[in-house]
Amino acid sequence: MSGSRAERWIFGVTSALIYAFLYLPLAIIVLYAFNESTVNSWPFPGFSTRWFDRLLNDPSPRDAAWLSVQIALFSTIFALVLGTGLAFAFARFRFRGREALNFAVTLPIILPGVITGVALASFFLFTGTDLSIRTVIVGHTTFCIVLVFNNVLARLRRVARSQEEASQDLGAAGWQTFLFVTFPSIRRALVAGALLAFALSFDEIAVTFFLAGSDTTTLPLWVLGALRRTRDLPEVNAVATVILAISLPMIAAAAYLMRGEEPGIARAE
Amino acid sequence: MKRFSRFLYAHPGGRLGLLLGPAALWLLVFYLIALLLLLLTSLWQQDVFTSELVRNWTLDNYDKIFSGQDGLWLRIYGRTLLLAAIVTVIDIALAFPLGWFMARVAPPRWRTLLFLAVVVPLWSSILVRIFAWRTILGSSGLLNEFLVDLGVLGGPSSAFLYNETAIVLTWAYVWLPFMVLPVFTALEKIPDSLLEASRDLGAGAWPTFRSIVFPLALPGVVAGSIFVFSLTMGDFVAPQLVGGGSQVLGGAIKDRFGVAADYPFGAALATLTLATLMGFLFVSRRSGAMENA
Repeated sequence: MSGSRAERWIFGVTSALIYAFLYLPLAIIVLYAFNESTVNSWPFPGFSTRWFDRLLNDPSPRDAAWLSVQIALFSTIFALVLGTGLAFAFARFRFRGREALNFAVTLPIILPGVITGVALASFFLFTGTDLSIRTVIVGHTTFCIVLVFNNVLARLRRVARSQEEASQDLGAAGWQTFLFVTFPSIRRALVAGALLAFALSFDEIAVTFFLAGSDTTTLPLWVLGALRRTRDLPEVNAVATVILAISLPMIAAAAYLMRGEEPGIARAE
Repeated sequence: MKRFSRFLYAHPGGRLGLLLGPAALWLLVFYLIALLLLLLTSLWQQDVFTSELVRNWTLDNYDKIFSGQDGLWLRIYGRTLLLAAIVTVIDIALAFPLGWFMARVAPPRWRTLLFLAVVVPLWSSILVRIFAWRTILGSSGLLNEFLVDLGVLGGPSSAFLYNETAIVLTWAYVWLPFMVLPVFTALEKIPDSLLEASRDLGAGAWPTFRSIVFPLALPGVVAGSIFVFSLTMGDFVAPQLVGGGSQVLGGAIKDRFGVAADYPFGAALATLTLATLMGFLFVSRRSGAMENA
């Protein structure tokens, strides 16, 4: 703890207000998921769990959520393969065009989703590809590669090469060194990168909007549609509450895995 | 298999190619070539009657942006730039006190928890978080009820929603974590000795902030600004949900690729956005502030 008493008070109160600003909308969402009425008005109309009951019997958000899970899984797996390979190349080799490639891998996450979305939409229009779950997975993988890449590269830079050299000197085959020495040291980074990629893909709307076919209704696309229908509003809040309840343990897991590491989120370089 | 691995052992270039190739190829095809096709589309035309793309080279789309429809498109461009700048400044102003508290004032054992508390909102549906502001700002919402109770307002007002202020507030809200995290990381790295030296030399809070804290936090501010500015320049969801009829670039692009179905003009608007953001990236790289970010 540092600073004067006055400093502690001023920054403490200001920060409490900013945290309140960050959490007010979340509180509103959870509160109105239990709304008795369909109107999100204040004072709170009354308590009810009927939207969760309706959610249990409504196949459309469930189908949408399942589609989003499939897309997020495939995108995460592709991003893991591509991003990990790229991270090893950057950690172990010097090559020409390194800077340019680093820029190209980061660009899809720096530029807004609408750019990636319309660029790939033009691409698929040009190649005559029908929009489907596959085109969405291509879009999501493109911006997920950097998440795995950043996490694994940060980890590889800290792992001493001497351990791998020792393994090789002791006569281990290449695959043994990888499986018993290299892989354990990057395992946490892989899981953390995969969690980030999955979460980002699951909630993505801008890229998805341009690449989804007419029957590719992901959960965010379902939510966007439901927000236009007044009678579905409390159900949307219930969906968001369920997502929050599922993602909280995931955040805790990611934080536990990344303890002592540089935060891998929101880093431009 | 054995022969293959022996080949890789003897040829580091082959190893590099195997690691690098797939990702490089993916990014080349699905990103760089896609961006190139976006640029090409913006130089083509669309048949008014059949909506088919006609591959006639023309600069008409750009002509329309810069001088068409009484400057409508330039106004949309200018408005989006201005709103993105305002949102970025608001988030910087909020990120500094919060980042300083997290990194410097609060007890170190709270740090992980305070950090997580900034990240948690990112993990819940962004659409619903944006929509929550409609509930707060709407005419039967929280803010109105509060102000009527206080006696500030005689009755509920519809003035808080569906305007540019509502969009700016919502944007500043959803992107705030992207500014706080890099600013926090930068503030955390400032050595205590520099702050002590400044105090020992008799500098007050403001001179210390201006000549030590801010310059050292600049890489974080630049990294956060790139994210916030760029996300704002392209977003169409917040304007659609809380902004009423206010036209912004993201929404205009979305409409050209959706209801208005004018791909070449949408591609031209997207290329303009892309060029603006690339310029912004270039300037921030040249300033050297990105080096430690």
